[in-house]
Amino acid sequence: MAKEKKTALVKSQECLGTDIFTMWIQAGDMAGEARAGQFISIYSKDGSRLLPRPISICEIRGDVGELRVVYRVAGQGTEEFSAYKAGDTISIMGPLGNGFPNVSDDKKVFLIGGGIGIPPMLQLAKSLNCQKQVILGYRDQVFMDREFEPFGQVYVATEDGSQGIKGNVLDVVKAHGLTADIIMACGPLPMLRALKQYAREMDMECYVSLEEKMACGVGACLACVCRTKDVDHHSNVRNARICKDGPVFLAEEVEL
Amino acid sequence: MNTAVNIAGVELKNPVMTASGTFGSGQEYGEFVDLNLLGAVVTKGVSNVPWPGNAAPRIAETYGGMINAIGLQNPGIDVFVKRDIPYLRQFDTKIIVNVCGKTTEDYVEVVERLRDEPVDLLEINISCPNVKEGGIAFGQDPKAVEAITREVKRRAKQPIIMKLSPNVTDITEMARAAKDGGADALSLINTLTGMKIDVHRRTFAVANKTGGLSGPAIRPVAVRMVYQTASAVDLPIIGMGGIMTAEDALEFILAGATAVSVGTANFHDPCATVKVIGGIQAYMDRYGVKDIKELVGAVR
Repeated sequence: MAKEKKTALVKSQECLGTDIFTMWIQAGDMAGEARAGQFISIYSKDGSRLLPRPISICEIRGDVGELRVVYRVAGQGTEEFSAYKAGDTISIMGPLGNGFPNVSDDKKVFLIGGGIGIPPMLQLAKSLNCQKQVILGYRDQVFMDREFEPFGQVYVATEDGSQGIKGNVLDVVKAHGLTADIIMACGPLPMLRALKQYAREMDMECYVSLEEKMACGVGACLACVCRTKDVDHHSNVRNARICKDGPVFLAEEVEL
Repeated sequence: MNTAVNIAGVELKNPVMTASGTFGSGQEYGEFVDLNLLGAVVTKGVSNVPWPGNAAPRIAETYGGMINAIGLQNPGIDVFVKRDIPYLRQFDTKIIVNVCGKTTEDYVEVVERLRDEPVDLLEINISCPNVKEGGIAFGQDPKAVEAITREVKRRAKQPIIMKLSPNVTDITEMARAAKDGGADALSLINTLTGMKIDVHRRTFAVANKTGGLSGPAIRPVAVRMVYQTASAVDLPIIGMGGIMTAEDALEFILAGATAVSVGTANFHDPCATVKVIGGIQAYMDRYGVKDIKELVGAVR
């Protein structure tokens, strides 16, 4: 009964590049409860679009009750959100999901984001006190890279070679001979698959944040499942709920 | 004002329940709504053994609705009995267990396991469009409907509600068959089989290719089928299909439903069920309706 869908206020919205938008939301208590790696559900105001859009939390200002999301316009719902301006209302629920785990300060961590999987890594970079190396992979258009600079060394890879190393995030790791104890990542499935494999070879712990089409966002409808290595304690089959048991999983515990 | 209704001898404090599959076993939504306020919780379908369900993506949004092909993933009756029933029993609401199976024996096994459990009603799912065997295979032929109803009724301790599919030529035929087989009540409609194609990826939007369409897009079809069924068969009906608001719920009640289920609306607003209950009370207040039973089937 503590949780509900709430009407919040848009504080600001800006375009960061083609189809990429950043929005600050006055979210009240929701911001105070939120952790890096969690997400919020954003609801359309158009009655023809019933399902919330799950969008990762990019930054949290708990003290002033503000949340930031950075998202890509991928359809009519996100297109609607991108037209919201400061002072507009927005219908949201959250924070949802588990978020990234804490890491002890003596560990070395790779924070790896690919494309629109980059935004949640910013709050994680801010939250962790350990030694961080930030590796960001893009197809072509680079965004948010400078925002990571206060929190660690930032490396960029682009598929077209327009900035940083030409290639992907693992090409960066190899080119610079980077090492770490733990990988924390969010991005496209092929990237997460490659990181899982790399972590296994290097005997590193690897956490991945997954996405899937969701309906309820709270663990009831069983739409957004991923295959698990072992029988999941809740589902009693080899499926975990990304919205509730995730979105962050130990890579070794899920099939990618 | 009396909002209580009676389904096969079980009194519900109000006519609003959850639609199977949209509300889990109540636990997740218990964080949003006071389950004590609901007429009943209808659980996600449960089978004799755990079912893994279909591949993802399992859902896709469509205009005014959604397509789902979850494939009845569930932990199986053992976990359900141990974990979910005790959770729900803490609340002052009725428990309706949705039962699914691939064969008659599967259904019977679940129903027999539930004989000594503190649940109030059983809803027999013979209409899921998303599993290859069982489910809808039982729900599209009147002879099969009658046979499975009779078999389940013979073994069940609790009254049984047969959940009917709209994917038939004449739903009243199925309703009559269920009644002939001994059904105590009917619920309708399950989802309409649909398909969505992702034109950018040039593939099916859900991995199962087809899925069940739900949401307000299907409501007029559902209201019509409830009306037809109520006119044809003398059994209590639980009406569902795209109920978002109290007015939507009242359409079903006026068409002949004794109770209603709220499903897809829970995804749009986790508090949808209690808002529908509040809205029905406000409607009764506004029009001086003393007993909700006055409204059941009032439009003829």
